[in-house]
Amino acid sequence: MTVGLFIPCYVDQFYPGAAIATLQLLEKLGVNVVYPANQTCCGQPMANSGFEHLTGGCNELFIKNFAEFDYIVAPSGSCVLHIKHHIHDEKQPEKAASVSHKIYELTSFLTDVLKVTSLPAKFPHKVGMHQSCHGQRGLHLSQMTELVAPYYSKPGSLLNMVEGIELIELNRADECCGFGGTFCVAEEAVSVKMGKDRVADHLKHGAEYITGVDMSCLMHMEGILNRQGSKVKILHIAEILNGGPLNP
Amino acid sequence: MSQNITTHTDKKLPLQGAGGADHAALADIFNKDEDRVNWHDETLWWIRAKRDLSVHKIPEWEALRDTASAIKNNVLSNLNSYLQQFEANAQANGIVIHWAADGAEHNAIVHSLIKKHNVTRMVKSKSMLTEELHLNEYLAENGIDVIDSDLGERIVQLAKEPPSHIVLPCIHKKKEEIGELFHQFLGTPAGNADPQFLTETARHHLRETFLSRKVALTGVNFAIAETGEFVVCTNEGNADMGAHLSDIHIASMGIEKIIPERKHLGVFLRLLTRSATGQPITTYSSHFSKPRDGQEMHIIIVDNGRTVQLGREDFRNSLKCIRCGACMNTCPVYRRSGGHSYHNAISGPIGAILAPNLDMEKYADLPFASTLCGSCSNVCPVKIDIHDQLYKWRQVIVQNGYAPTAKKLSMQAMATTLASPFAYHMAGKAGRLVMKYAPFALNNKLNPWYKQRDMPKPPDESFGEWYKKNRKAP
Repeated sequence: MTVGLFIPCYVDQFYPGAAIATLQLLEKLGVNVVYPANQTCCGQPMANSGFEHLTGGCNELFIKNFAEFDYIVAPSGSCVLHIKHHIHDEKQPEKAASVSHKIYELTSFLTDVLKVTSLPAKFPHKVGMHQSCHGQRGLHLSQMTELVAPYYSKPGSLLNMVEGIELIELNRADECCGFGGTFCVAEEAVSVKMGKDRVADHLKHGAEYITGVDMSCLMHMEGILNRQGSKVKILHIAEILNGGPLNP
Repeated sequence: MSQNITTHTDKKLPLQGAGGADHAALADIFNKDEDRVNWHDETLWWIRAKRDLSVHKIPEWEALRDTASAIKNNVLSNLNSYLQQFEANAQANGIVIHWAADGAEHNAIVHSLIKKHNVTRMVKSKSMLTEELHLNEYLAENGIDVIDSDLGERIVQLAKEPPSHIVLPCIHKKKEEIGELFHQFLGTPAGNADPQFLTETARHHLRETFLSRKVALTGVNFAIAETGEFVVCTNEGNADMGAHLSDIHIASMGIEKIIPERKHLGVFLRLLTRSATGQPITTYSSHFSKPRDGQEMHIIIVDNGRTVQLGREDFRNSLKCIRCGACMNTCPVYRRSGGHSYHNAISGPIGAILAPNLDMEKYADLPFASTLCGSCSNVCPVKIDIHDQLYKWRQVIVQNGYAPTAKKLSMQAMATTLASPFAYHMAGKAGRLVMKYAPFALNNKLNPWYKQRDMPKPPDESFGEWYKKNRKAP
């Protein structure tokens, strides 16, 4: 099995630690991982802003980079959801469809494909997990509080395999953090207020770290935490599952 | 009391935003008072939590939603025949049916009915359709005095504001502000904000209204094709009070309010109030099937853009809406921006997919007032794909040329850069260097990210650069 590693643009540029942890974790679990060097972005920033018609270049490049792999894995629910729902290429529709079927968000790849039952990781801290909306409601990574349906959580089940970790409960289990792509700047006031409230829920319950499957939500919350001078850190879930931060 | 109250000019403030301010700008103003935002958010979240408790008591909740959605699918596919069936049955019951293509026609019909009876006053029970059609303003201009009889509606009417929520029209007002309004208009003592006292005062004030109005207008929650009757749901019984005491009862309904058979009503009544407020059922679900002796009953069936929306394949589902307001209560953006920021009669996520159908240019901002978190679609009792429609509206709005030029240019530049690995790597490196060595270029007030958030700390190398050094290139 060869997995094509898709590292979204902003993770590549600003959070290489999360990408390295994803790579190391997959390798630790015996997966042959390849990172195609010519990858850029999934195209979501344009599409969610109403400019899906400008994503042709990104779509073509994505298909060129990833069509040949058995699976495509990315440490981002949001970008995966975009590829799953919106990638299209009129010149090669079968390839576009196969890419959208093969792509997995990291934690769902670990639980659904690799069927991981244990992890050699230790992280003795109080951790709050942020349920990113696109991963949760879009990719069904965990149950949604609005629905009358049994509870499950793919990222939660993986975090519970980590030795010493203490997952905190939140007042609002799956409220949006307010990042929302270009929403974070176009609707700055509401976006920041949502982020402040989301962070406050974690802080109130004693989080030392806030984690999640989407670096974009975490980046937004990190910006707010740092502005507040908080000592609470954000970490992508791959970094915790890989045994802690900065372990290249 | 309150016989001589003179608030009847009824000239509501124009909806905010009509002058050009968009959702972001109006939300920015709302957010200047953070305590108020907190209060608004917590109040609506409390209702969302009540809704959760209430729906979790029904194990078949998701099946009920599926059923309701399927019934509405059938209705939307056979709207013409159900409407004709309804018309024939209602007429057989002695109800007069009117058809209105738009607000102007609807309002003219209402006015002519009032004029015919030679009165100048009308009592109205909550009808968001008449808000959509600006009936109150129209009647006021024609010298007709309208009193909204729903308590929340009455409060915003006194404040000369449009409702900020379709079910909880004055949810944006604190009880102290309501006390002040009542002091000003209903003569209550200054500083009294006791909800019990204020409600009692309003009840007395409205009772006078019911007793003295000859014409009553109500909305329609459900119109049943099979029987030609209609159902109005209220918690205060105000629709009944108005309709039962009037000589003429006018009911205004959108064409989408039809359900095929009486047996379908049970599905919707179970869903409606649990979704809206967490109540098992509305206090009053009043069936009106024919006028009582000596009374006239009229139904005005209104299109006002609905058939256009029906013809838009991606958006037709929005016509399933039963106006419960659950999407507003759950929407994290609505809770923190307030209903008026949507500058449309129907606010929140559902309003943001209905409004652009009415005026794409004026409401071009609304589909962007969302993080696409999807909570709205999950609470929707009739399973409208609200957040997917928001995404689709964004595409339609841009395709129709309603995107600001600056945004268009930046998106084009971004698309070009991201389509080229070389340009992407150069831009990424340049960006990180600027952040590292010239942070003032970004850490300033021109950058909306930086205003209340720190920028991410740029790493020395990107993952791509790290990979090249540490792993063999494929």
